[in-house]
Amino acid sequence: MGAAEAAEYVADRGRLAVYIHWPFCRSKCPYCDFNSHVREAVDAARWRAALLRELDHFATQLPGRLVTSVFFGGGTPSLMEPQIAAALIERIANHWSVADDLEVTLEANPTSSEAANFRAFRAAGVNRISLGVQALDDAALRLLGREHDRAEATRAIALAQRVAPRTTFDLIYARPGQTLAAWRAELDEALAIAEGHLSLYQLTIEKGTPFHALQRAGSLALPPEDQAAAFFEVTQDVTERAGLAAYEISNHAAPGQECRHNLSYWRYEDYLGVGPGAHGRLSVARAGGEPALMAIRNHAKPETWLEAVQRDSHGNAETHALARDERVEEMLMMGLRLGEGVSLARFRERTGLSFERAVPPARLARLLEAGFLEMSEGALRTTPKGRAVLNTLLAELLT
Amino acid sequence: MTDLAHIRNFAIIAHIDHGKSTLADRMIELCGGLERREMTAQVLDSMEIERERGITIKAQTVRLDYQAPDGEHYVLNLVDTPGHVDFAYEVSRSLAACEGSLLVVDASQGVEAQTLANTYQAVENDHEIIPVLNKIDLSAAEPERIKQQIEDVIGIDASGALPISAKTGEGVTEVLSALVQRLPAPTGEREAPLKALLVDSWYDPYLGVVVLVRVHDGVLTKRMAVRMMATEALHEIERVGVFTPKTTMVEQLGPGEIGFITASIKDVADCRIGDTITEQRRPTAEALPGFQPSVPVVFCGLFPIDAADYDRLRESLAKLRLNDASFVHDPETSPALGFGFRCGFLGLLHLEIVQERLSREFDLDLVATAPSVIYRVALGSGERIELHNPADMPDPTKIRAIEEPWIKATVLVPDDYLGPVLALCEEKRGEQLDLTYAGSRAMVVYRLPLNEVVFDFYDRLKSCSRGYASFDYQLDDYRESELVKVGILINGEPVDALSMIVHRNQAEGRGRAICLRLKELIPRQLFKIAVQAAIGGKIIARETVSAMRKDVTAKCYGGDVSRKRKLLDRQKRGKKRMRQFGNVEIPQEAFLAALKMGEK
Repeated sequence: MGAAEAAEYVADRGRLAVYIHWPFCRSKCPYCDFNSHVREAVDAARWRAALLRELDHFATQLPGRLVTSVFFGGGTPSLMEPQIAAALIERIANHWSVADDLEVTLEANPTSSEAANFRAFRAAGVNRISLGVQALDDAALRLLGREHDRAEATRAIALAQRVAPRTTFDLIYARPGQTLAAWRAELDEALAIAEGHLSLYQLTIEKGTPFHALQRAGSLALPPEDQAAAFFEVTQDVTERAGLAAYEISNHAAPGQECRHNLSYWRYEDYLGVGPGAHGRLSVARAGGEPALMAIRNHAKPETWLEAVQRDSHGNAETHALARDERVEEMLMMGLRLGEGVSLARFRERTGLSFERAVPPARLARLLEAGFLEMSEGALRTTPKGRAVLNTLLAELLT
Repeated sequence: MTDLAHIRNFAIIAHIDHGKSTLADRMIELCGGLERREMTAQVLDSMEIERERGITIKAQTVRLDYQAPDGEHYVLNLVDTPGHVDFAYEVSRSLAACEGSLLVVDASQGVEAQTLANTYQAVENDHEIIPVLNKIDLSAAEPERIKQQIEDVIGIDASGALPISAKTGEGVTEVLSALVQRLPAPTGEREAPLKALLVDSWYDPYLGVVVLVRVHDGVLTKRMAVRMMATEALHEIERVGVFTPKTTMVEQLGPGEIGFITASIKDVADCRIGDTITEQRRPTAEALPGFQPSVPVVFCGLFPIDAADYDRLRESLAKLRLNDASFVHDPETSPALGFGFRCGFLGLLHLEIVQERLSREFDLDLVATAPSVIYRVALGSGERIELHNPADMPDPTKIRAIEEPWIKATVLVPDDYLGPVLALCEEKRGEQLDLTYAGSRAMVVYRLPLNEVVFDFYDRLKSCSRGYASFDYQLDDYRESELVKVGILINGEPVDALSMIVHRNQAEGRGRAICLRLKELIPRQLFKIAVQAAIGGKIIARETVSAMRKDVTAKCYGGDVSRKRKLLDRQKRGKKRMRQFGNVEIPQEAFLAALKMGEK
């Protein structure tokens, strides 16, 4: 968004979640389709300046916000010099007021070299470390192309837990060759280590990844649907009994330990994306009309983004106001992932439509009756049965 | 114009791959019809599909200028014949234009069923037949044994059979001189009123409608006013020509000659094959006997996979019909498959060829419903109807009796595979009429219901004989039979495109098979789906597609929402293509796949 059209973003209740993308990885994992890149060398000073510059650019357009969370994602932001994180956090605090309980998460790889920087990141203001462990099994870690082994990962978790007030780690399950019993054992172990939060992702094969090529060649197979369902159900059961119930499809937390930043996405609150390939959803005031919700997408290629920021102060590739039906879709897509569901009042506030008008009543009634959805206390939620088939459910609800 | 004594008209009878087209190529070369550099392999098969499949669909003619060893010049007219049973009708008219035939048999393979049938047709047309043993260059060739087989199986004298290799050219000059020495010259009166046989007609993009003729009496000239005796249409001849095989214009065609004419004829369908062409001013008293018109015997629905292609399909069918008036098409609508056409064909191969030409020449993606034959239904009311679409079957309570067409089928098979072939014929409700041996080969004659043959008989025959059995048939008669319509229901709603008419004894098996197939093909949905086969109100088979258990994106954060919305859009688009059955929606692809599997 250029300075000329300097629209003023109005507060989504004044709150703002800030995402900062560090696009570099030491190597690319064969399952990953995120915006990550391997580069021989990264000019840290240039990157620091560019990220700060884009942040400054948005700050002038988003006055008066209360920043509730900051999330360093990637790529591998733990490869970033901790001073860069410190500078960004400091700059955020200069531009906006920040919540008392500001959550600052850093995604990190559990290699020993990166773990060595945990204290420095903590000193920079990071108060939550999210580790990409992915498996507690050496053979599986090799298959997933990870640079760490099991021992290194458990040491990194222990260190993060000592250093940061809140921690979490990711695991990928239903991996090729993994049995249900093996996953159950691994999950038990993870639950014994975890402190309050876990992200558990069923392996998905994304187009354009090496795993996708293997799958097409027939040398990598995902479990058939019934078994995939069994993996998912076991995961729900075991975590719930351990007190880490799912608050989102793949995210588990003890009460109060949910990731506030990610909740902003799922609750469809305003979020700002800084860095290559970052996305934002920001409400803006429009003269005489209801506020618009802008979708902003940054240039994905690091060099393209960098040049754009140096030239224009921002790396936006696309900015457009979301149409009402797009807002309806996005809000339901995100909100129905949550255990708490979609607040009907907030739905109206965010889409400008009452729920009854946004969704064909007969379809909704049928899905409620069949036990895929439930509505109570002013919210629409998926039942556990509905959550497992959310993609189809959404198509049914929104077609 | 050539005098009668120096004309020979002949056809070549051969099984697929026995070398008919290669022999024709060699003869054209030897007679200088084309320079060597102009020869593409198999000049006669001009359609891409003919060349690829090694079969001839449209009859073609070539006029060869042959200089005999004694220095005399002869005109040899080769009239090509289609080699497949579906085109038996076209074979018969090709034969009617000639006085003799070359019977080409692969000396390593022996006589096949279609060769047999076509040879009998040639005999019926009073043809002089010259047996030719081809492929003697192959080490597996056994000319003596095959000679014996020709005598045993076909029952003609093979002592004068010519051993040749069309591939190397060996023996081909002997074939040319045998044509002159052994075939009778045509007869006819040059001074008599014009009497010419309309052998075939087709649409040529440059010439318009081209009519292939064989002159019996009189002379056909440019600008002559002619009358088609059956249709009573009047035309002025615009062009007269022959194929050498290049299109060559001539002034006139005299008795015994074969060539083509063009006139201001708009539509191929206006030319009745077998009609007699005569001069308007001085007509002949008596028409030639002509032919029975060919009628479609196999029907199926053809539907575009993309509904937007419907108009293109309609135009393409009309274009194909320009050259092939033997298939018919009428618009048809199906809730499962959308808009399409009900089409009738001369047989299964004809169906396949039309389908393939539509996809290849017109780039159309099509699905065909299961082939059906024509049933004769007698209703309780006394009314009789003909039925070729199971969807049109009246309620069983209104039906007094149903008759189905039967065929007389001839199968030639090495005796090692006789057992499975007999078992197959029995399974298909066949009645054995004859079983004879010629050496190590058996000839089996069965009466079979045509509806069994159009189902999967060819493929089964091929696999149970490892491809060694050859098959030919002719329509026999109609017989009353215990036939029922098996309907397929999805959550209680009938799927017209999948219904079929089968014998009561096979209803359950076939119904169960299609239910199982659909169970595999219908993707799981939020709700479970019942797939049933039924005769009237009675369920005879049932399968259940269980409800979906897992379909959710594992990872979805802020930046992903745009990307995941694309996934949702795809899913929504997919839903729009679905067909509603009761309270479930089935993707059209499932029906298409069910029908496609049925073809295999």
